[in-house]
Amino acid sequence: MKTVITLNINGDRYEVAVNPWRTLNEVLREDLKLTGTKLGCGTGDCGACTVLVDGKSVSSCLTLAIELEGREITTIEGLAPNSEELHPIQESFINKGAIQCGYCTPGMIMSTAHLLKQNPRPTEAEIRAGLSGNLCRCTGYNKIVDAIKDAAEKMSSSSD
Amino acid sequence: MSLPKFSYLAPDTLEEACRLLAAHQGKIKIKAGGTDLLVRMSARAFKPDYVLALGKVAGLDHITFDPRTGLRLGAMAKLADVVDHPAVREHYPMLARAAKATATVQIRNMGTVMGNICNASPSADNIPTLMVREASVIALAATGEREIPLAEFFLGPGKTALQPTEIATEIRVPVPEAGSGVSYQKISPRSKVDIAAVNVAAFLLLDGERRCRQARLCLGAVGPTPLRAPRTEDFLVGKELRPEVLEEAGELAAGEATPISDVRASKEYRRLMVAILTKRALVEAHNQALHH
Repeated sequence: MKTVITLNINGDRYEVAVNPWRTLNEVLREDLKLTGTKLGCGTGDCGACTVLVDGKSVSSCLTLAIELEGREITTIEGLAPNSEELHPIQESFINKGAIQCGYCTPGMIMSTAHLLKQNPRPTEAEIRAGLSGNLCRCTGYNKIVDAIKDAAEKMSSSSD
Repeated sequence: MSLPKFSYLAPDTLEEACRLLAAHQGKIKIKAGGTDLLVRMSARAFKPDYVLALGKVAGLDHITFDPRTGLRLGAMAKLADVVDHPAVREHYPMLARAAKATATVQIRNMGTVMGNICNASPSADNIPTLMVREASVIALAATGEREIPLAEFFLGPGKTALQPTEIATEIRVPVPEAGSGVSYQKISPRSKVDIAAVNVAAFLLLDGERRCRQARLCLGAVGPTPLRAPRTEDFLVGKELRPEVLEEAGELAAGEATPISDVRASKEYRRLMVAILTKRALVEAHNQALHH
């Protein structure tokens, strides 16, 4: 039986009728066409589906949409401050060449957003640990780590 | 990889949860964080007619410490919150280490310590430290509640002492005794994220002469459940942790393990690693005990 719920995604309110077995990933991608969030393994191992719920990174493939009424969901589409400019993390990923095929990128960027919120100036080891739940099969990890260092520097110097 | 169909039950109270659980026995699964349950459901290993979600029950995500009664973790206390909790970090640093060694950042933001325990995987990160700290699980049913020592909780892979009508509501961990120390050691093929190939927790309580007054070990991923190592524990009691004692304890523990070969490691490798991790865990627990 479908239940009508209101989801707060990237500051917008969406009213959707969902079956209880629908994951957040399915509702985002299939019902709301917010396809920036990817689906990789579907088992919480690869991190491609990462979004923020109340500011914390979660695997949208293992989250039931029905449980998210009243929670604040942020996807890659909602990270940039407006339609003209990108978020500093997105800029750093572009400038440092941290994107190859791009499939893991939204998840990498959302995990970075969570990491830098918890720890604005992470060491390289902390960056690697913080992103260990996100897989890149183009093996671009070094440039991703460079991009996160760059973003951390920009973001913490702009907030000093 | 979509989920099979089910009816979703999200009661506000434990009383209602117990009633629903009893009413749908055999056709229902309890969901805490869901990070194991939903994976198994999407693989069709479980096809419950009902999912009983505990997320709406108030007051189940507590993490509290009392210097007289110890630590209490509610069934919905998330791994990430256990890792970051000041009292856990101060009084039970190895519980925090084990929680942090579990899966990924995302999974720790969703999954619970209780879920890790109730899934009863022999390799579960959070069981060994709780086992050597003599933790217990509170099991609630419509007919009342009981406290199950963790030492009696695991019956086999995925099998626990919980009755089909019982909900595990809380983990209780006794107050750390003065002069005691714990260590948690883990080896997995990858440095982060991965399920343990072998894990070991050690508890030591030292006397005034630095001899082991009590010793407890828990060996993970080397048997059908996390295993205590009673012969090694008995051997350690009354002894100082000299190099030759350490060496023999490692050998004894390896002999108490009953590993199998699987995708993560061979049984021979596992047995060798039990000896090494036991030694590392005893050394660290000893150091912790001296400073506690």
